[in-house]
Formats: sequence, structure tokens, C-alpha cells
Amino acid sequence: MEFVINGTITKAEVDLRTSLLDLLRDHLGLTGSKKGCNQGACGACTVLVDGKRILSCLALAAQYEGRQITTIEGLATAKGKLHPLQQAFIDHDGFQCGYCTPGQICSAVAMADEIRRGVPSHVTADLLANKVALSHDELRERMSGNLCRCGAYNGIVKAIDEAYAELVN
Amino acid sequence: MSPFTYARVANVSEALDLGSGASAKYLGGGTNLVDLMRETIERPAALIDVTGLSDTIEERDDGSLLIGAGVCNSAVAEHLAVRSRYPLLARAILAGASAQIRNMATVGGNLLQRTRCSYFYDLDGARCNKRTPGAGCDALEGFNRNHAILGASTDCVATHPSDMCVALAALGAVVHLQSAKGKRQVPFTDFHRLPGDRPATETVLETGELITAVELPSLPHATRSAYRKVRDRASYAFALVSVAAAIDIEDGNVKDVRLALGGVAHKPWRAWKAEAALKGRPAQAAAFRGAAQIELSEAKPLRDNGFKIELATRLIVAVLTELTQEMA
Repeated sequence: MEFVINGTITKAEVDLRTSLLDLLRDHLGLTGSKKGCNQGACGACTVLVDGKRILSCLALAAQYEGRQITTIEGLATAKGKLHPLQQAFIDHDGFQCGYCTPGQICSAVAMADEIRRGVPSHVTADLLANKVALSHDELRERMSGNLCRCGAYNGIVKAIDEAYAELVN
Repeated sequence: MSPFTYARVANVSEALDLGSGASAKYLGGGTNLVDLMRETIERPAALIDVTGLSDTIEERDDGSLLIGAGVCNSAVAEHLAVRSRYPLLARAILAGASAQIRNMATVGGNLLQRTRCSYFYDLDGARCNKRTPGAGCDALEGFNRNHAILGASTDCVATHPSDMCVALAALGAVVHLQSAKGKRQVPFTDFHRLPGDRPATETVLETGELITAVELPSLPHATRSAYRKVRDRASYAFALVSVAAAIDIEDGNVKDVRLALGGVAHKPWRAWKAEAALKGRPAQAAAFRGAAQIELSEAKPLRDNGFKIELATRLIVAVLTELTQEMA
């Protein structure tokens, strides 16, 4: 099977039962994406496929052959400059143990794109609004698929809030 | 997980050829099926990936909308025609799961997702008629706070977990199906079954039959519609009770009303009795409450879920009142 991961074409022969998460971690050595619940309840395994966030634990690798997959390892520039969200998480202490962090950051990257496209959320008052402001409630609702067991939410929210202005504009 | 074969198909006829085997399953986003396979509750021998099929939303001349079964949930909620003409559907989808899961899950798969009853999931520790017909139901006398109050049986008290389907039931959607025998259309409210003594059979789908699309009929007053969901936490949780509603008012009286409930039954529950009781009546809270009570008069609470009766009643009144005030 042939995968496009962080811009590089990668070949791997794996059992059909392999999840995208296990492909990344166990077969390709990309251990940034984390296995939390392995049943779609925590978001630690969040990666981007064609720019959209998905849960790699519920994804069969075979279904994602040929798609553009981006993991936390692919967010910094080739020269090592961190993605603004990665830097913001450091600046604002957006973690304690760090296990949910790659998922949080990948999720927030895609969320910024959703905001740019004017995608509404459960708490958006006007479904037809062209522009959505990332209020506190919007941010928390849109990031609700990523749990943090340490409860570092204050730092996470601050980090995303700060990086957001730069990302969306 | 049991071994399986995998094929990504390019068209419906190829899917139907491969899907006719009894142990074959069509695969959408996998958000429910992959989880159930990992738990070995589902053990298909063949997966036919149909995510590449029917992935468009077509606005038709008669005002209806034809949503391909392969369209992902988030694409439906984002679509401008859905947001403007069927807001309750966009709202229902956005109230469900998380952004990640909505990006993966397809429309067809959403219809076919299975119950989240914890006894259904507990392969080693619980009896379940849905998993093993005739085994018994441990939810009946167990922790059944999340379970059904309407249309259940002594064999199964599980609920259908979908939010999207509650809106589709209210809208009177039509499910488009195709099999080797040909095409057919099934009213959405007839697509899912009540458990009776065969809870393992959840829909009217025949072996090898494929969902190709869901049709939303033209419903002008659906522009004023709502979906409200009550759950144990504010986001990323299944409904305890939810209500999808649309109402059309003329001279202060209810001209038409659409009402469906989630979290209360084995299928998305269209509140036909409440609708009938409201037509022609004054659009006021007293009438709303009376109609809700009629709908819930046959509710049968279990040990832990009696609260759902009053909760559903209040939710119906609140949503209809809100919609009525918006129109005033």
C-alpha cells in the first residue's frame, strides 16, 4: 500500500486490519499521534487528511491509501520552525503530561481552516453567517472532540486563542 | 478483529456484485463499524468501501434535495441549501459527535449505526438479544437510564443513537435503496424497525441492499425549524432526549407541524400523535403540552429512565414555543 504522509510517499505492507493510527505509530515510527482510548472518544489520535481532521484510531489504513495525511510531525517547517500553534502551546503551557497535545494541535489547525471557511458549529447562533468569531464558547465547542485528562484546558484555550488570530487572518 | 477482505468500488453495480454475500458489509467512514469489529461484535468477512460512491448533494427542480449516501456528515451540515432550507438537519448533525467524527462519518453509515447500549457492547459480561438472539436482555433490569421509553419490547430496550436521523424523520425524508433486484424508495420513518422479538434486525434493508441516497422533500416551512438536544455534558455526548421540530402557523393556529424525538426509542421517533393533535389548534404552550402528553401517554419507563417522559414533554413545549415566538 502507498501512503502520502507529511508530503512524502511511503510504502508499507500491512494487514488489512491495521488502523491508520497503528500504521503511523507501529509501522512508520511516527509516534507523535497518540493512542488514548482507541475507540473514538478522546481525540488523541487526531490527524489531518486532505486538510481535514479525523480520528486515525477509527480509520482503517487501507481506506486512506493515496490521501494526503498530515501528522504532528509534519506541522513544523523543514528547517524546524514550529507551527504557530505548537509555539503557542509552549508559550501558554497548553499541556501537563503532553499525551493529548499532538491531537489537540492537529485538531486546532483544522479548526482554523473551518473557521476560515465559515463553517458553523453547534453553538453558532446564525447558521447563515459568513463569518464566525472564535468566541470562548465557539472554541470550546469546536475542540470538544479532544479531551485532556490533566485538565490543562485553560492553557490550551489560551494557546489556541492567541495563535488563532494569526492563523485565520 | 477477525480477518476480512477489502475492496474499494468504483460504481454501484460493482458494489452490489461484491455485497451480495451474507457476511459482506458496506463500509462508510467506519466510525461505528470499525469500533464494533475491534470489539468482535461485528465480524464481516468482506468490507466493500463505498465512500467513493454517491458523494454529491443535488438540488432538484421540484425543490427537493438528494443527498448521496457517501457524503460525509460535515459536508451536509456545511451545505448552504441545508443550512438555509433545512436548518434542523444542520443543527442535528452539528449537535452530534465531534468535528473529527463528522468529517469521517457518511450519511448512509449514520442511518446504519448501531445502538450504544453498554450491554450490547459488553460481549463478555452481558446478555443481549441484539448480539445473540434469544440470549436475553440485561438492560431490562440493569442500569437503563439511557434506554427507551417508547416502542420497546421485553427483548430489547436499546435506543438509536443518531441525531441526524431524528431530523430526517421529522422532515419526512425518503431513503433510496438499490440491490440486484432493482431500485426502491422507503419512507425514512419506515426504514428503521422497532425491536419486537427480533431486535437484531434493525432496518428493512435486505441482504446486499445498498443505501444510495437520502431525499429531502421540499418543505418550505422547514426554514423555521430547530433541533434541541439534552445530554449529560454540553458537547460530544449522545442524547438523553432530543427534539427536531418545524412548525407552520397561520392566523395563530398550527397549519402544519413536524416533530420527532431522539434518545427515546429503538428508532428515530416521529411524533405522529402529537402532530395530529396540534393541527388546527392554537399555537400556544398549553396546546403544545397537551400534544406532548398524548405522544408520551404510552411511554413505559424502566427503573432508571422515568425522567425522560417529563424531559421529552418539556423539550417539545420549549422547542415549539421558541419557534412560535421567532415567527411572531
